[in-house]
Amino acid sequence: MPDLLIELFSEEIPARMQARAADDLKKLITNGLVEAGLTYASAAAFSTPRRLTLTVEGMLDASPSITEERKGPKADAPGKAIEGFLRGAGLTRDQLEERETPKGNILFAMIKKPGRPASEIVAEVLETTIRNFPWPKSMRWGTGSLRWVRPLHSILCILTAEDGAQVVPMTVDGIEAGATTRGHRFLAPDTITVSNFDDYTAKLKRAFVVLDPAERRDAIWHDATNMAFANGLEVVEDAGLLAEVAGLVEWPVVLMGRIGDDFLDLPPEVLQTSMKEHQKFFSVRHPKSGRIERFITVANRTTADDGVTILAGNEKVLSARLSDAKFFWENDLRIAKSDAGMQTWVDRLSNVTFHNKLGTQAELISRMEALAGELAPMVGADAVEAREAARFAKADLSSEMVYEFPELQGLMGSYYAKAAGKSDAIADAAQDHYAPLGPSDDVPTAPVSIAVALAEKLDKLTGFWAIDEKPTGSKDPFALRRAALGVIRILVENDVRHPFMYSHLMALIAEHIGYDEKDREQLIDVMAEFNERAKLLDQLPSNRMTPDLAKFVGDKMRSEFGSKAEELKTTGENLRKKLEVAKDRAADLLSFLHDRLKVYLKDQGVRHDIIDACIAMEGNDDLTLLVKRAKALSETLKTDDGENLIQGFKRANNILSQAEAADGVEYSYGADIKFAETDEERALFDALDKAEAQINPAMAAQDFTAAMSAMASLRGPIDAFFDAVQVNSDNSTVRRNRLNLLSRIRAICSSVADLTKIDG
Amino acid sequence: MSDPVQRPRSFQEIILALQTYWARQGCAILQPYDMEVGAGTFHPATTLRSLGTNPWAAAYVQPSRRPTDGRYGENPNRLQHYYQYQVLIKPSPPNLQELYLGSLQAIGIDMALHDIRFVEDDWESPTLGAWGLGWEVWCDGMEVSQFTYFQQVGGHDCHPVSGELTYGLERLAMYVLGVDHVMDMPFNSPDAPIPLTYGDIFKQTEEEFARWNFDVANTEVLLNHFVEAENECNAILSQDAQDPKTGKRIIMAHPAYDQCIKASHIFNLLDARGVISVTERQAYIGRVRTLAKACADAFVQTRAGGWSEDAA
Repeated sequence: MPDLLIELFSEEIPARMQARAADDLKKLITNGLVEAGLTYASAAAFSTPRRLTLTVEGMLDASPSITEERKGPKADAPGKAIEGFLRGAGLTRDQLEERETPKGNILFAMIKKPGRPASEIVAEVLETTIRNFPWPKSMRWGTGSLRWVRPLHSILCILTAEDGAQVVPMTVDGIEAGATTRGHRFLAPDTITVSNFDDYTAKLKRAFVVLDPAERRDAIWHDATNMAFANGLEVVEDAGLLAEVAGLVEWPVVLMGRIGDDFLDLPPEVLQTSMKEHQKFFSVRHPKSGRIERFITVANRTTADDGVTILAGNEKVLSARLSDAKFFWENDLRIAKSDAGMQTWVDRLSNVTFHNKLGTQAELISRMEALAGELAPMVGADAVEAREAARFAKADLSSEMVYEFPELQGLMGSYYAKAAGKSDAIADAAQDHYAPLGPSDDVPTAPVSIAVALAEKLDKLTGFWAIDEKPTGSKDPFALRRAALGVIRILVENDVRHPFMYSHLMALIAEHIGYDEKDREQLIDVMAEFNERAKLLDQLPSNRMTPDLAKFVGDKMRSEFGSKAEELKTTGENLRKKLEVAKDRAADLLSFLHDRLKVYLKDQGVRHDIIDACIAMEGNDDLTLLVKRAKALSETLKTDDGENLIQGFKRANNILSQAEAADGVEYSYGADIKFAETDEERALFDALDKAEAQINPAMAAQDFTAAMSAMASLRGPIDAFFDAVQVNSDNSTVRRNRLNLLSRIRAICSSVADLTKIDG
Repeated sequence: MSDPVQRPRSFQEIILALQTYWARQGCAILQPYDMEVGAGTFHPATTLRSLGTNPWAAAYVQPSRRPTDGRYGENPNRLQHYYQYQVLIKPSPPNLQELYLGSLQAIGIDMALHDIRFVEDDWESPTLGAWGLGWEVWCDGMEVSQFTYFQQVGGHDCHPVSGELTYGLERLAMYVLGVDHVMDMPFNSPDAPIPLTYGDIFKQTEEEFARWNFDVANTEVLLNHFVEAENECNAILSQDAQDPKTGKRIIMAHPAYDQCIKASHIFNLLDARGVISVTERQAYIGRVRTLAKACADAFVQTRAGGWSEDAA
């Protein structure tokens, strides 16, 4: 049972690709081995900036030999057929077996496939793996044709058994496999010969290489937190940064450095972003004040001066970086506090394209401003404040800091808005209006932020629907799905009602496609003028109206209004067409919102058929109401009564629909208790009266839970009715009355949701 | 790597050390290209010579201009005119990383005390239709060089692959010399009879060019120049390979490429003047790329580009 050790040693592998590459190496090699018949006990893969390593333990030393049985022609078949079969099988006639079968005597060949030694299989599998490795980006180098992530320098590939280690003989593009590797680039660059995995890791460690990325991560975190703690500080956690830094070093040495006093008053987010993005530093903060006071960098080596030179260099680079940041911050503050203030930035956005069919950022902002003002009363915000918040929410896109660090957009806006003396609500809206950025991101809750966040997303959605650039398949370059989910979550989670969403979407889309209210007004003006003139004719005494005069007036009117009439017709026609388009697109957008809503509710455990049953109801563009209805229905259906009521309802509905189809009438006249023949029938009358008395006011108050529990209470009476009563009575009056009774069940239940859509 | 390290004391000593080092590694030490370029890569010794199969090894200083980076000489690190040191070796030798580290040692960086790192940074030049994979090289957290294995240039796959090294000379020198503001950096020896700082030489030109780049350059004239360069490039390349006067096969890849460089620089100037909108930007870059590709197509039809009479 030999062990296999493979190391692919190259120039520096990008940190972000290492973990995935180690996994791929393990998967491709072990799959290849197993496919060729080499099973193994365990395998593990590791990566450093310069190597991918795989260890496979307890592997077979050869693939098992296999005997394959092949059925041939009949024993008395023509010579040519038998010869052909022998050629194919590589055997002679006397090696074939003759067997009696119901179809006569048939020749069988037993072909033995001998097992192959592990080294042969490993060599093949490794070469295939190297040649087809799924790097996200790979390259060639020198004169070779091999592709690897960066130049591949050596291949270590050994099989170790009790009698020692053996190199697997193989060559890829001139690189011959061996039993050697190298240590740390600077601390131990010489060749190391290894004999097995334990020997390999031990020798690497002596050569200043920690093979396991998890071990490097742990060591970095351990040293960093200790070092911070010793100074009464704490490291700001960042798992992504930790993994990246662990992929940049083979021999991590943690160093803590100072941030120049000049920079300590920069917003902590600016310090953190600048240090992380540019320098891959961890931020170290004061546990009480939260102020970032130090940084931690991870070097790839020890030095004779204990990192003093390295740290000094890093501090200097940071100081240059932060000088830039400080310069941006101060310039930005100067503008924010100036007389023209943040409006300077908004004006500059008229040179920045938002989308070539949807205008500039400045145009986007003025649309958002109007929209936030419209939405304000709905969300309980002050309209003037909401408009102002929308005007400045994106102003920071022109600021120098956001130009340098795009990920700080919004946040900088809120700092600058505060500096400019805006209200807290306006400052918060700048930061919060992009939210929610994902399904787990918080939604804004302050009224002004809600208004601006909704305005941003509704403008975006209606804009892209207006120019017909909706997401398709996996393509959603403008993150419209996220915007739609954002609208849903902001409304629902803040319990905000938008009761005329559909018409609003339509109006916004119409505006985007150039529907101009002014055209309509002009149309009306000209019509009014025409009517005024026509009235003048009426004022003429009838005896003065000679045919000549009538003709004169008629001609005059025609010449004055004739060309205008044509123009008006075109304008009117265009307006009508635009409205038609807006109507269709709005309907499509609403159904997109409904689709997103289904995903959203499904995650909360509400079944899609329940949502469909609620979407089928009127007022389905009020998403908050829709969700309440769906959740109430979902809860009701979880109860025993609720579940069984659906059966009763469906039975009633089926019988009724069949009868209506057969009789060609609608049984909605109203059932009369006086034709009831049984107690169960009378009980149902009672129950329906009672339920109706509860459901109607509950529905009027949009208390779906009450309405549905009243509906569920019908379950008993309906079941009892069907158990005891035959609807299709011979007595036609009784039958009609019973069908009308079923109609009441349908009417009452359908006022709550379209239960026909419910599965089961 | 065994030369005794002598700490340089001026900007020019660092340049001289690099020249000497790469000359010893067998590179032809070329002179800067006599045109305005945005980076050392634009020198035909890199762009064109990375194409085709002929081996190549060259190193040179290239003055580079980035009009949008002008800061009137006030920013400690940013300049609209600066120097790059460029090395191109084709095919890329297997020990290129070691050779590179040797060059750092040659300019006085003590390998035993510093933390040198190769951090992923893929290079792409949309104007040249070129890309490659490699790193930015960090010394104690500071980017001191770009290291790239060219994969494609002018739309052509590179076979063999060239290794390209680019040093930002001012930044590197400031680090080695321990200077905080570029203008304070000694250009010649501080002990020279007439010691000159970088600022003595370039502070005024940075001011003058920043003003011209940002506010004065005549955009109408520049826009015309762009179109003229584009037309001239195309006109040059549309000529017959056979020169009617000498009867020789003379494909004018270099004169055409000069026009491409010119168009590229004019675009940078227009960009600094802020007259190119976001949407137009892509279109201009695309136009320069078209020229670069046409020049590359022409170059590979020349002897230096690997064409030979026998193969043709």
